[in-house]
Amino acid sequence: MSTPKSLREAIPAGALLSRAEAQAIVERVVKMSRADSINVSLGTNYNTNVRFADNQMSTAGSVVDAGVAVQSSFGPKHAVVTTNDLSEESLRRCVQQSEVLARLAPDDPEAMPELEPQRYVDVNGYMDTTANIGAAERAQAALTALAPARKAGDIKAAGFLVAGAGCGALGNSKGMFAYHRSTSVNYTLTVRTTDGTGSGWAGADHPDWKQIDFEKVSTRAIDKARSSRNPAAVEPGRYTVILEPQAVGDLAQLISGYADARLADEGRSPFAKTGGGNKVGEKIVDSRVTLFSDPADAQLLAQPFDGEGLPIARQVWVENGMLKQLQYSRFWAKKQGKAPTGGTTSLKMEGGSASIDEMIRSTQRGILVTRLWYLREVDPRTILYTGLTRDGTFLIEEGRISRAIRNLRFNESPLFMLNNLEMLGAAERLAGTEAGGAVVMPAIKVRDFNFTSLSEAV
Amino acid sequence: MTASRREFLQQSAAAAAAAGLASSALAHPVSAAPPIFQGDPSHKELVLRAIDAAKAAGAEYADARISSARSQNIGTRERRVTNIGDNETFGFGVRVLVGGAWGFAASSNLTPDEVTRVARQAVAQAKANRAAMVKPVQLAPIHHPPVPNGVWRSPIRIDPFTVAIEDKVAYLLEANAAAMAAGARFVNSNMFFLKDEKTFASTLGTVTQQTIFRAQPGMTVTMVSADNRDFQTRQSTDIQPKGLGYEHVLDNDMKRHAARWVEEAKQKLTAKPVEVGRYDLILHPSHLWLTIHEAIAHPTELDRAYGFEANYAGTSYLSPPEEKLGKFRMGPSFMNILADRSAPGSLSACGWDDEGVAPEDFHIVKDGIFVDYQTTREQAMWLDWWYKQNGRPTRSHGCSYAQTWADVQFQRMPNVNLMPGEQDLVWEDLIAATENGIAIIGDGSFSIDQQRYNAQFGGQLFYEVKNGRITGMLKDVAYQIRTPEFWNALDMIGGKRSYELGGAFGDGKGQPAQSNAVSHGCPPTRHKQINIINTGRTA
Repeated sequence: MSTPKSLREAIPAGALLSRAEAQAIVERVVKMSRADSINVSLGTNYNTNVRFADNQMSTAGSVVDAGVAVQSSFGPKHAVVTTNDLSEESLRRCVQQSEVLARLAPDDPEAMPELEPQRYVDVNGYMDTTANIGAAERAQAALTALAPARKAGDIKAAGFLVAGAGCGALGNSKGMFAYHRSTSVNYTLTVRTTDGTGSGWAGADHPDWKQIDFEKVSTRAIDKARSSRNPAAVEPGRYTVILEPQAVGDLAQLISGYADARLADEGRSPFAKTGGGNKVGEKIVDSRVTLFSDPADAQLLAQPFDGEGLPIARQVWVENGMLKQLQYSRFWAKKQGKAPTGGTTSLKMEGGSASIDEMIRSTQRGILVTRLWYLREVDPRTILYTGLTRDGTFLIEEGRISRAIRNLRFNESPLFMLNNLEMLGAAERLAGTEAGGAVVMPAIKVRDFNFTSLSEAV
Repeated sequence: MTASRREFLQQSAAAAAAAGLASSALAHPVSAAPPIFQGDPSHKELVLRAIDAAKAAGAEYADARISSARSQNIGTRERRVTNIGDNETFGFGVRVLVGGAWGFAASSNLTPDEVTRVARQAVAQAKANRAAMVKPVQLAPIHHPPVPNGVWRSPIRIDPFTVAIEDKVAYLLEANAAAMAAGARFVNSNMFFLKDEKTFASTLGTVTQQTIFRAQPGMTVTMVSADNRDFQTRQSTDIQPKGLGYEHVLDNDMKRHAARWVEEAKQKLTAKPVEVGRYDLILHPSHLWLTIHEAIAHPTELDRAYGFEANYAGTSYLSPPEEKLGKFRMGPSFMNILADRSAPGSLSACGWDDEGVAPEDFHIVKDGIFVDYQTTREQAMWLDWWYKQNGRPTRSHGCSYAQTWADVQFQRMPNVNLMPGEQDLVWEDLIAATENGIAIIGDGSFSIDQQRYNAQFGGQLFYEVKNGRITGMLKDVAYQIRTPEFWNALDMIGGKRSYELGGAFGDGKGQPAQSNAVSHGCPPTRHKQINIINTGRTA
């Protein structure tokens, strides 16, 4: 498969490898090996971005990069060397260096044999509509925020738009080969009012440039900024809270970082069971909560294999509130007599039917949260995190938004939050996923969300 | 402050050596021999080619950077090596100014043709951006003449990449064995090294070649209660990352500390949960550096104050500058915040920043008053009025930095330090002077709002202080502060002898997000009547 000619206009030559090109490189590297076995991981990407703030362009850039990681093994000894230089000479040096390091490494009692060839689900996350856009279209997209902001006079826009194309490939000396190519567009916008009292945020993310409604994102952030002006202070405490999908995702996606089976079995995880073992099979959150990974899901479109080459298909972590599965590495799965799950490249929470308007109408007194910020672990035993609300926090009284309020710091766990579930909205793809990867979350309404202090920050 | 920064460091080094603190980075003599750049000499031709191509394509200013960075990471748990990894990244970036608008492009394919293509692409980017430009960018003059052959090298004794892997593995496994012998349930240890060879040229005639080293050894000990209900960790925060070589690992032998860390993790399992309330806090430098980083260093970044980070890292409570500079009281009159990129062994030390400016030491807070922001050449112009008002030249403080060749340089913090007090006080003196307090050692959880008002910090170890004595260990402790009140509640500060450098590699800012490595020096401090919360809950 050769790269379509149209792409050459936007993507510099060699910046995106076809399956055949990637496979040829992997096979060439495998042939260079003198080790008992070799694993090769290869990736290339091309990213372009524009950044603006204070109603003007600040920086723009485009970057071509590549990476190859080579793991050589001699029996139970292994080491990895990576480089971003794909020249023949560099690849050879990389293989030799990984062999030198592997011979020096002590025996790894947990070393696993190479994977045999695997079967992967087919996921198309590559869109020509994204691959073909140029600097002028990106600048035009930024103007959907800059033009109204400049014209209005009472607001300042700051945003970031990044679009790119890339591929990842894996192979080993047993003939295993995996390849996936993808495109991505991510647009986020913060609008602040010039009186310094209001701030609003919105964003969108998709592999397909055509699926991003730039106007809609810009309008939403502008509306949020204006309606969040002159916030009032409310007492910190436990509140009924409606969290928009981004805010739900900010907390709920943290759960996957604690889902390692080994840590639970070792007693150092929120999913460790008192007395020993783990909590798989136990109810951990409200029975309406189902959390899963599925690279082929139309909203996720993620890479269908993990960093080792293990296939990733639909994998349900929490089903109807019950902990269904933890992540098993190949070694730990073998030791415990389980199937390895592979890592995750996507996360989705099943949505419900309630609209945010319905959630507001059914709330006597509560708080509407746009998104959360600076989340940091406070207690790994309960996935307790602290952080703050940001860019649009509102008081709800008697079934309607009564006014903007100051931001609040919370100390809360996604496990406690999902136990206190009252209503569930439609699931949507998030733009603000700092760790990367595709994340889809619904809006939710919960009770007893724990706010511990007020912030003056706008 | 009476002593200059350099004099202060020399005195500290002498004091540390006198006290037998061989582990202090400050105790290493810095070689007086001029450094020699050992990177690829052809890089110089290529950066010059890049700026020539940019000029030919219409750039009024251009700079180019080639970086060849090598890093190594070794990780272990208990008796097992979990990973040995070497990483190399190599490429170049070209930044141009055309008609007052920035453009940037980068590539990992370092050939003469690609250098020309990328330079032209950066110019095309800048031209596209002019469409949305409002104010053309202006650059402040540089306070020194162009440096046509600048060479700088981190003051290291041992290049980590010359040390055998077996020695590194043996070091870590011996440290783990010491922890296991002391009763650790689990132990992870690792070491990370970086060597970055950077060649830079600008159209102003500066060409510099720098070799930057960084090193971080670390260990985490985990203890689990007998009934599996509780687990606690102790991280080796008394060993901080430094801009040093392998000597930093050898000088901080983790094997010697491991048993103590295990003992402390055990104590955390049975420590008394803290009672919420207001306490006098005594903060150790191994903890306080992070509070300084979040609550002083970030809000004094000038781009934040002007809203340029509004969509990601946030803005600042120190805004607008005309209402804050020279007027805002950050803390008591003995509070001085000095920024530098010169402290030997510090993470942000360099000879020239990423736009060819030799950084200078400068006060951010002087005698308790906020007096300056961190700047680049573009940003210094925004404070032209302030510098004129004070009879100072308008020039960059040398805070331009890019994490790799692939990233555009922008304002990143230098080392931002809380200077020691005049009195020769140490940690024990602060505890002895406190009736009802909590002493915190090591950094832990940290979170702060996007304008840097409301913050919450945890730690590694918390001790109850009653009537001038440590009376036991506490757990589930975090303090919540409003930044200006917290620094104005500062009432005791350690002297020169108690000054230490902390720091981190992963300081995030910008879009696309970039990581900066930075150190913060400070003595221990005491803060009156700070709000303490209890973070312990059960699932």
